[in-house]
Amino acid sequence: MEWQKIAAQLFPLGHQIIEQDQFLCGTAQAGDQVISVIGTTGHTPIGVEIALAQARAVLATVRDHPQRPILLLVDTQGQRLRHRDEMLGINSYMAHLGKCIELARQHGHTVIALVYDQALSGGFITSGMMADACYALPEATIRVMGLPAMARITKVPEAVLTELSKDNPVFAPGPKNYERMGGIESIWEHDLAACLLQALATATPEDTRSQQGLNRGGRLRAQNVINAVAAVVAGPVIAQTQANMPSSDQGQQIQQAQQSQQARG
Amino acid sequence: MRSYLEATARQRITALLAHFEEFLPPAKEWISPHLAQLNASVSFDDGVIIGQGQLHGQTVYAAAQEGGFMGGAVGEVHGAKLVGLMRRAIACAENDKPAALILLAESGGVRLHEANAGLIAVSEVMRAVLAVRAAGIPVIVVIGGSNGCFGGMGIVARCANLVLMSEEARLAMSGPEVIETASGVEEFDSRDRALVWRTSGGKHRYLMGDCQMLVADDIDAFRNAAQLAMANCAQKNTALTLDGLEAEQAMLASRLANYGNLQEPMDIWSAMGVAQPEQLAMLEAEAFVALAAALPVASATSATTATAATTATTTGVR
Repeated sequence: MEWQKIAAQLFPLGHQIIEQDQFLCGTAQAGDQVISVIGTTGHTPIGVEIALAQARAVLATVRDHPQRPILLLVDTQGQRLRHRDEMLGINSYMAHLGKCIELARQHGHTVIALVYDQALSGGFITSGMMADACYALPEATIRVMGLPAMARITKVPEAVLTELSKDNPVFAPGPKNYERMGGIESIWEHDLAACLLQALATATPEDTRSQQGLNRGGRLRAQNVINAVAAVVAGPVIAQTQANMPSSDQGQQIQQAQQSQQARG
Repeated sequence: MRSYLEATARQRITALLAHFEEFLPPAKEWISPHLAQLNASVSFDDGVIIGQGQLHGQTVYAAAQEGGFMGGAVGEVHGAKLVGLMRRAIACAENDKPAALILLAESGGVRLHEANAGLIAVSEVMRAVLAVRAAGIPVIVVIGGSNGCFGGMGIVARCANLVLMSEEARLAMSGPEVIETASGVEEFDSRDRALVWRTSGGKHRYLMGDCQMLVADDIDAFRNAAQLAMANCAQKNTALTLDGLEAEQAMLASRLANYGNLQEPMDIWSAMGVAQPEQLAMLEAEAFVALAAALPVASATSATTATAATTATTTGVR
């Protein structure tokens, strides 16, 4: 997928995005506001240099353009698999990028991400998945790794994984499954410019993905476990946890969890 | 002397903290919903223990990942237990706030058996760690298990205020086997254990500034260092700041400029001024920390924590 085509659809009022060594950076007009656009292209692996380049662009936006929204354009095959990157501490470079995006959010920047082609594991966790809301195009690929590699590492036959991936959102690549699990806010179709404006207008800084996964039926356990931890009655924080008891339909399960805990003393 | 490396997650967390009280103790409710269909073994705590306890008389929240179960990898429930603990810490009233969140990390990262759910879970953990810091609670990551701290958890570790390691510990992104499989044995020979430790081990991470405290593989040394880490963080702003991240940007850029063309970790140590880099692996933690503090490249901050680490290894106070 050529980023220029996507950019033309996203920004009918124009943009000044420059590609350099598969790193995308610039500004664009979205409705009546200017936004920063930062991302990657060509399925590039995320190595130390391109992680640092993205972080620099995020920090420059925070420093020089308070409140300016940021759009992250995601296309990566994941982290670069080289000895040199590990020696230099690539996890620190990627964490740094993630922290810069978090800083932008805490400073009041709306951060939206769009997976317009590929998103894989490490390269995705510290970019698109750090946004207030991450969206995808229908034909995008999102996954942890390919099924053959997954079969090798988990020792589960590839045929079994292939069968599971037909209707189990946990194993199938693709934005629809991530949407069901709450990892993708929604899939953008037709008028991309309108989708972007809508996303910028509705973004919130809270991480609601576990709740979305529950609401959409794609990830049923996570939010219940989180609620159960909040509901534990323990030592010096009793008053606080009671105040936090969720009153939703998960209440019953939490009570059961509490009872079983009390039974064990 | 009791090895931290050889201890289980439960032994570690109860040895580091007094009066440890577990949230969501082992029960069938906390079994992964995804493993049975793959005929994989399950665990009643899904490989992570969460709760609260006392460190140096102060209430802290803590979690310990069990490397013995799926390498400590993060699945849906495992990740949600961590996120739940962190959100609970944030929700605490001001006078009930834990003094720190201590994460005894041992993990290969995303649990591939839970693929997409594991990836989202790690992302939620990462954001939750930064939210805990924003709430004024320091996050301290402790690494000393035989599985190291890799993948998404290697990223999470570097989102903490402070990383504490033993020299046997490893902290990185992709494991050597993964790199060897993808890029060939000439790129990274995963059977070359010395190279693996030079690349991802505690001493290299300490010299690079990816880890702020280094101790011997001893549970008492870990506990003393964790206390010092907490005291060290208590006087500081825990949240992300623009100044702090611009300093980190500059540090990572100069690391790339200074060492980006070097071939192997010992070349980096030489460039830092280590006279006999081949001897570094043989040094005890205390002697190593002293050597690091005397290096010309040692920054003011790492010198401070180095002193703390030395104290941690030498005092051995219970």
